[in-house]
Amino acid sequence: MIDIGLGHYLTLGAIIFTIGVVGIFLNRKNIIVILMSIELILLAVNINLVSFSVFLNDLTGQIFTLFILTVAAAEAAIGLAIIVVYYRNSSTIRVEEIDSLKG
Amino acid sequence: MMNNLNFVYPEIFISISIMFLLILGVFKKNSSNLIYNLSIITLIGTLVLTFNYPINTDNILFNESYKIDYLSTFMKILVFIGGIFTLIVSFKYLKIFKILQIEYSILILTSILGMMVMISSNDLIVFYIGLELQSLSLYVLASFNRDQIKSSEAGLKYFVLSALSSGLLLYGCSLIYGFSGTTNFDLISDSFDKVEYGLTFGLVFILVGLAFKISAVPFHMWAPDVYEGSPTSVTLFFAIVPKLAALTVFIRFLYVPFINMIEQWQMIIIFLSIASMVFGAIAAIGQTNLKRLVAYSSIGHMGYALAGLSTGTNQGIQSSIIYISIYLVMNLGLFSCLFMLKRNDKYYENIEDLSGLSKNHPLLSLSFLIVLFSLAGIPPLAGFFAKFYIFKIVIEQSMYFLAIVGLLATVISAFYYLRIIKIIYFDKEKEKYDLDYNIGLKISLVLSTLLVAFYFIAPSKLLEIISNIVII
Repeated sequence: MIDIGLGHYLTLGAIIFTIGVVGIFLNRKNIIVILMSIELILLAVNINLVSFSVFLNDLTGQIFTLFILTVAAAEAAIGLAIIVVYYRNSSTIRVEEIDSLKG
Repeated sequence: MMNNLNFVYPEIFISISIMFLLILGVFKKNSSNLIYNLSIITLIGTLVLTFNYPINTDNILFNESYKIDYLSTFMKILVFIGGIFTLIVSFKYLKIFKILQIEYSILILTSILGMMVMISSNDLIVFYIGLELQSLSLYVLASFNRDQIKSSEAGLKYFVLSALSSGLLLYGCSLIYGFSGTTNFDLISDSFDKVEYGLTFGLVFILVGLAFKISAVPFHMWAPDVYEGSPTSVTLFFAIVPKLAALTVFIRFLYVPFINMIEQWQMIIIFLSIASMVFGAIAAIGQTNLKRLVAYSSIGHMGYALAGLSTGTNQGIQSSIIYISIYLVMNLGLFSCLFMLKRNDKYYENIEDLSGLSKNHPLLSLSFLIVLFSLAGIPPLAGFFAKFYIFKIVIEQSMYFLAIVGLLATVISAFYYLRIIKIIYFDKEKEKYDLDYNIGLKISLVLSTLLVAFYFIAPSKLLEIISNIVII
């Protein structure tokens, strides 16, 4: 058996974080996927904070996590609302077709 | 504990007003005009309450997480002034576009509340909450004209990129918390005596997130699209107010917890500054839409403000703050001019619409001329002094490369400002624009133009006020 230490949690956090960031930039299909990637980034941060909090024996990190969870919910709600508004105007949410503004 | 509350009266007042206005807006039919005027009064009231305590107090409240000092009070006053004028100037625009709904002014108030929290924050959690309150309101404002594809697309782009930047910033916060064991700005600086990689990483992530917010190159890609797509009144708000808050956080962040790591962040800030100045100057040349042009010009201006920050001295910080204050006034003047380009209930925002403006509207063209000359940094206008203070401190710190690049960028950017002036004064004239300006628009244009034009009479006044801001 290997001991699971802080390093493992941080690696997990870093991997999830990277998946989230790469997901935003590589994704060419659907905005909903971008929304999911943003959630992944925030979850990676939460993993980091909770594991730091446990290993530092300090509650601040967990409180920070609660704040992030709350804000993430609000952010997702607003994001979905904006997507709905956009869909009404253009009847598509494909990322590559969002190009009426450029220059 | 109760004493603490004395210092946050402005925040409490604006929060209660927001809730009151929301309820009033829901229960009273057709109250959008009323709410709009009440919001302006709320902001003025908040501005007055800021003078409730002596401006030079230095207080840390609520378990050392909230700081009221000279810097925060001064920046808050600037934010209120920016907010008040944004609301005063854009009333008619909102009416014509039929987006004068109760939510509009309330969202502006909430974002201003978020900025107040950001400006005063002395703790990562408080800072994050303020930042999100601000950005969530701004997402909605950017897509406020929801029947137009451009506006909703601007909101969508702003949402995606801003959420990404918040994510990066948060990841940085988590690393800093992990490696220093605290989220308090003052305690972070105590916690390390040698440089740790974790802290450096965290610092870089947070700098990236903040650079997104003030649209510094290479994190600027949202700015032109969002500025062009959102309603012009919101563009004005975007161009001046959130930058004040983000710049304050830059100062608080770099100069309180991380002042010992100046070798680490100085190069990053210099790079951001040079890239923004050069890119802002070059990319603006080919633009045809004025709002897009303002976006690039604001990218460039942020470069100069960052140049002051990169020096690592109090004078550098002060010169940055002077720069951003003057930038606020200049942009207010520019947008007031833009709001006057209206013909038969349609607003014009392309550069070619300005052609021959001077024949029909000599006064408006004169203000355009003054504001554009000032943006280009031509003496004796205010914009020249702003750049002068920045370059003075940069050269004093013998950062000659930065100074030379900055001067070159000024020369390049003068080209596109002068091109607009040429179009206004020497091109073929077009139809007349409407003359039915409302009183708020007139006041704001006259005030900002006079301030820009006659700043040179008493430049020491502003210097005197700002010289009280001492961070290090």
